[in-house]
Amino acid sequence: MISVSKNLSDHLEDCFAGRIEISKSGNGQVAIRVPVDQWLDVAQTLRDDSRFAFSQLTDLCGVDYLGYGQSEWQTNDASNDGFSRAVEGLGPGRFDWSDRPESDDIEQRFSVVVHLISMTHNQRISMATFAADEGLPMVPSLIDIWNSVDWYEREAFDMFGIVFEGHPDLRRILTDYGFTGHPFRKDFPLIGNVTVRYDEEKGRVVYEPVEIEPRVLVPRVLREDSRYKADDIDKAADEAADSLAPAE
Amino acid sequence: MGEIRNYTMNFGPQHPAAHGVMRLVLELDGETIVRADPHIGLLHRGTEKLAESKPYNQSIGYMDRLDYVSMMCNEHAYVRAIEQLLGIEAPLRAQYIRTMFDEITRIGNHMLWIGSSGLDLGAMTIFIYAFREREMTMDMYEAVSGARMHANYYRPGGVYRDLPDSMPLYKESPWTKGKKLKYKNEWRQGTLLDFIEAFAEDFPSKVDEYETLLTDNRIWKQRTVGIGVVSPERALQLGFTGPMLRGSGVEWDLRKKQPYAMYHKMDFDIPVGVNGDCYDRYLVRIEEMRQSASIILQCVQWLRANPGHVMLKNFKVIPPTREEMKDDMEALIHHFKLFTEGYSVPKGEVYAAVEAPKGEFGCYLVSDGANKPFRVHLRAPGFVHLSAMNEMVKGHMLADVVAVMGTLDIVFGEVDR
Repeated sequence: MISVSKNLSDHLEDCFAGRIEISKSGNGQVAIRVPVDQWLDVAQTLRDDSRFAFSQLTDLCGVDYLGYGQSEWQTNDASNDGFSRAVEGLGPGRFDWSDRPESDDIEQRFSVVVHLISMTHNQRISMATFAADEGLPMVPSLIDIWNSVDWYEREAFDMFGIVFEGHPDLRRILTDYGFTGHPFRKDFPLIGNVTVRYDEEKGRVVYEPVEIEPRVLVPRVLREDSRYKADDIDKAADEAADSLAPAE
Repeated sequence: MGEIRNYTMNFGPQHPAAHGVMRLVLELDGETIVRADPHIGLLHRGTEKLAESKPYNQSIGYMDRLDYVSMMCNEHAYVRAIEQLLGIEAPLRAQYIRTMFDEITRIGNHMLWIGSSGLDLGAMTIFIYAFREREMTMDMYEAVSGARMHANYYRPGGVYRDLPDSMPLYKESPWTKGKKLKYKNEWRQGTLLDFIEAFAEDFPSKVDEYETLLTDNRIWKQRTVGIGVVSPERALQLGFTGPMLRGSGVEWDLRKKQPYAMYHKMDFDIPVGVNGDCYDRYLVRIEEMRQSASIILQCVQWLRANPGHVMLKNFKVIPPTREEMKDDMEALIHHFKLFTEGYSVPKGEVYAAVEAPKGEFGCYLVSDGANKPFRVHLRAPGFVHLSAMNEMVKGHMLADVVAVMGTLDIVFGEVDR
């Protein structure tokens, strides 16, 4: 399977040289990052070109990168602060995109990720793009290329507020009738904004502001784990070997 | 003469044939369906968002509650995604156990499907027959995990515990006594593996019983043959997977094409349909049950011969045993860290899929290096299948909506997430 993926990334390089970013993870999965203005173009080629033949779209989802790489609890140095820092600190959802702490390599907030499968070549690919505008993220709809994207785009619109240009029926899908906000955005509270109950006096269902306090049970922690830095280890080993080598 | 307008009707949200809570707005021309608009989300619990707020292991239980009739398959996809990011692999014995329980799950799922969609179309007996055997798959779940349905059994790096050496027995009661008690306990005298083996050996004869009830049944055929026909091209376009795709004649099964766990060692066939109608999908599922029984037997054989670990010995991810904690400080520290903070997963993203009974169940995981996932997206087969509802029922009669809904094999736990 890995050899197939190798061919795939070669073909991608041939076909889209310079237009897309190709990356490959350790388990052989190929991922490409496409600029949003090339989104439809690349998708069409991936479906129709016989080298790719991605006949089926398995999955589409939105991702909100607000707070990516942010921890709630400093772990590099010892400190005498307690757990409350994690509860009150700068966790995801407690700051705006414009106030975000410096984060590496993420320039845009909203991303759309698509997973494709080619049954002819028995391979998968994931294709991602970033929506340009954080206030009104817009991505062209893939619905004419793969019909299965219909409800996925409605879901991403409902959950993240990503607008898919050209979708014929972009309604909310999972949330309540008359719902406001986009619940999977990182700045939408986990406990929600309103609660629903049946009011006996009024004889109908009423919506009220949510009463419970949000709680953090386990703080979000980023650990620098040396086991996953194989490159660093190799580099360090090389440097050590160089320093030991006799100077010429 | 007044103007003739189409009639709009609500199907659900509380309808016994809706297989959960779904509101289906049907536009009718007489009794013919012009448009069907499913309104979903009544069971939306925000599983994906909840998973973002918890350490990785605490979300395994949520996976059971997605497709709540094929619990372990959902866990399998999630656990595999974590394993791939961590770069670990479960021991061989655990892989065999997973394979076996995935197939037990498949039988359990298809049993519920055949029972309930039979019931929807007026076949009462099949429901009672199917639930008789389904109960045994639940007993297997219970014996291995302690829970009949929401097992919470798979873990990154293996499965929670090894297969038990004994099966719980029925006790005498006013309802179960004498011959009946003896019959019910007949298979339960040995280990769990003995019970599973006895079940899997006997099961094909039970499938024969179902087939005598339905396969040549005139009413069943009238309700399913030629209903909800999907061509192979459309099936691909609409994102169909699993029996829905194979019913249309596309030979595609992740267990064969992109094998995971121990499926590459298993000998089994992939049934495909010809016409792509409800009847063909029924035949595909029936044959899948027979194949599952054969896979289970192959796993039982291997598991009997090869005792061993079912969890990795990697204290960074898998907690040490109680016993080890008693006299090892390191083990105690690892245990404490794992249960207060969890493990951090290296930065990256991964998509892992399994062939769940309903189709491809996938888990897309984004990690930023924290002890909680940054984003989890669950690709549920039922969600895509239901989105094709409009196309499948258009032009059919009102009564066929029930047949199509049955053939989609939808469960709202996974559609709404």
